[in-house]
Amino acid sequence: MKLALFADIHSNLEALTACLAHAQALGADRYAFLGDLVGYGADPVAVIDLIERHAMAGAAVVLGNHDAAVLGRHDDTLNSNAQAAIAWTTAQLGARQRDFLASLPLTVRDENVLFVHASAAAPEQWIYVTGLREAEESMKVGDAGYIFCGHVHEQKLYYIGASGRPMPFKPVPGTPIPTGTHRRWLAIVGSAGQPRDHNNKACYALADLDRARLTFYRVAYDHGLAARKIRAAGLPERVARRLERGA
Amino acid sequence: MDSLGPGSEIDGFRLGELIHVGSMASIYRLSGPAGALPLIIKIPRLGPGERAVNVIAFEVCRMVLGALGQGRHHPTLVAFGDVETTPYLVMEYVEGVRLNDWVDRTPVAPEELARLGAAVALALDDLHRRGVAHLDLKPTNVLYRPSGEAVLVDFGLAHHSDYPDLLAEEFRTPIGNWVYMAPEQVVGVRCDPRSDIFALGAILYHLATGRFPFGNPLTRAQLRERLYRDPMPPRAVVAGTPGWLQEIILRCLEIDARDRYASAADAAFDLTNPAQVTQTERGARKRTASWGTRMRRRIKARRFDPAPCPPPAIRAGPVPIILVALGPFQSDEISLEALRDAVRRLIAADVRSRVACATAVPPAAALSGARDEETATGRHIKHLVALRQWARPLQLPEERVTYHVLESEKPAAALIDYARMNDVDHILVGAARGGVPARLFPRVSAQIVAEAPCTVTVVRPPPES
Repeated sequence: MKLALFADIHSNLEALTACLAHAQALGADRYAFLGDLVGYGADPVAVIDLIERHAMAGAAVVLGNHDAAVLGRHDDTLNSNAQAAIAWTTAQLGARQRDFLASLPLTVRDENVLFVHASAAAPEQWIYVTGLREAEESMKVGDAGYIFCGHVHEQKLYYIGASGRPMPFKPVPGTPIPTGTHRRWLAIVGSAGQPRDHNNKACYALADLDRARLTFYRVAYDHGLAARKIRAAGLPERVARRLERGA
Repeated sequence: MDSLGPGSEIDGFRLGELIHVGSMASIYRLSGPAGALPLIIKIPRLGPGERAVNVIAFEVCRMVLGALGQGRHHPTLVAFGDVETTPYLVMEYVEGVRLNDWVDRTPVAPEELARLGAAVALALDDLHRRGVAHLDLKPTNVLYRPSGEAVLVDFGLAHHSDYPDLLAEEFRTPIGNWVYMAPEQVVGVRCDPRSDIFALGAILYHLATGRFPFGNPLTRAQLRERLYRDPMPPRAVVAGTPGWLQEIILRCLEIDARDRYASAADAAFDLTNPAQVTQTERGARKRTASWGTRMRRRIKARRFDPAPCPPPAIRAGPVPIILVALGPFQSDEISLEALRDAVRRLIAADVRSRVACATAVPPAAALSGARDEETATGRHIKHLVALRQWARPLQLPEERVTYHVLESEKPAAALIDYARMNDVDHILVGAARGGVPARLFPRVSAQIVAEAPCTVTVVRPPPES
């Protein structure tokens, strides 16, 4: 079973389709979408519809903070660009898309695997897993062999073995990491729709759970088109530039 | 696992002769269907009473050898079993002598030691370029193939920059062989390939003198002594130790990783070219640092601050070596200047690079004559002087340039061999321009282009206007 993992898609249809095609070419047969389907980008309706089709085919989908904001759950941690995009996105969505977002749970558990947008310690508080302490908390409360999450836009892997303390690792794209089940793992799969590490390629990860291997990927996509759509929609220029620069 | 022995079978592999029982694993030859390679099977000692590090070392070994694939300087991993059910590793059986065989024959003669050490340094360089630090280098973990190439074995404590460091969890206990371990490993740093250069220095010291550079530490406090104490200089232990060898050993054994060789290729270069070693105070030293200096270092060492691990980019490409092949009769200043220009551009592009200037000449004996300049040494010196003259306008610091007169009937083959032995990254060779070299040298440059193990640039002077 090859599980493709996407997070922080942020209405970027070009990035999402490029990552999906990449994963399909590698034999992905299960999918999970780890929240923040919308916000920032210019294609919220197309992105939600695409993910909804995957959800109907059995994909796991969880709610992110931008999705919650579109549903009217106020989030004062969002910056002005994000707020502007939320207001614009809210106006674009029809009842069907809103209903789909409203149906999303904060976490999905599938046997030994937990899907969540931010920290499993308190999913509704959108805590950023940026260090060992946050990773340890999330892994303690999440209590799963594998926790897959997003929210933080950069790819990162934490693992706990005999010592009981998490160790951080910055994955090398394309290098399969053996993730033995006698350890516990927390993977931040990276942002598909808005990478911020000075690399404009989209992030996603592919977990081969039968063979206990996890591979992080970076995928080139038409970021120019995504940026042009953002400008055409009248969304903040900063958001368009961000896709071009990857920062 | 205790019931295993010769004749038992694991996943279809039949165990043969038991060849090694260590604290972490047992190793058997494999009998049965013979494949392309002779094979061994390594079975970790797991279960009650065994150390937890054995399991992790097994995983690390599997991960690192799996990532390395095939290579000349490590055993190829052929198959492995799952850590949770039947852990084992099947790998290439390396036929050869072990460096440990020299331990009983100390002091090893300097020239022999340099040859043994250079092979290890080249093997380390190969690993380091692939992102791996061995971190448990010791005489029992080095084998020599009949060709003289070194093979490093037992990657249970290794670190691969592309993979999570499973052993970092054991952070508090310095793991590895305490005799050869680098100071930064003592404080838990496991990502610096220069730790292997330190271990190489400790091995060379041991074989050159018959003593361990820092004794045989039994307690953590004794182990920490290397954070502030420098070893007794080899010359003070074995009087005849040449200055170049002491220079190399003590440079490898510098406490701060930044003061050691920047890459194993650099150490290999010095070990292969003793005459070119730039000797500093290290090479001449007769005693350890003064009591006062040691006290100062000891106080500082309470908060030992190891050098940061070099980023993978630097690890991937150690100090580049540029070989400039000059024709023995090349006197045409326009071509020579064109070569210098090409070198200037290359060394400006990478400030760490070093330049080896070489010329290949027919063996001197065939040319010896009555007059001084026609004797073997006379000719040799003449060529060296010509090389130095050529390089002088480049104004390179001494440690970045070396000169070599290679004696051979086949100049191109000699230069190609040199490039291979020294892991040269780039060869510059002049194009011929009229006269004698035009008839002689084109074949040399063409053969170098065709057979060199690295990038070759044929340098042509700008067209005359």
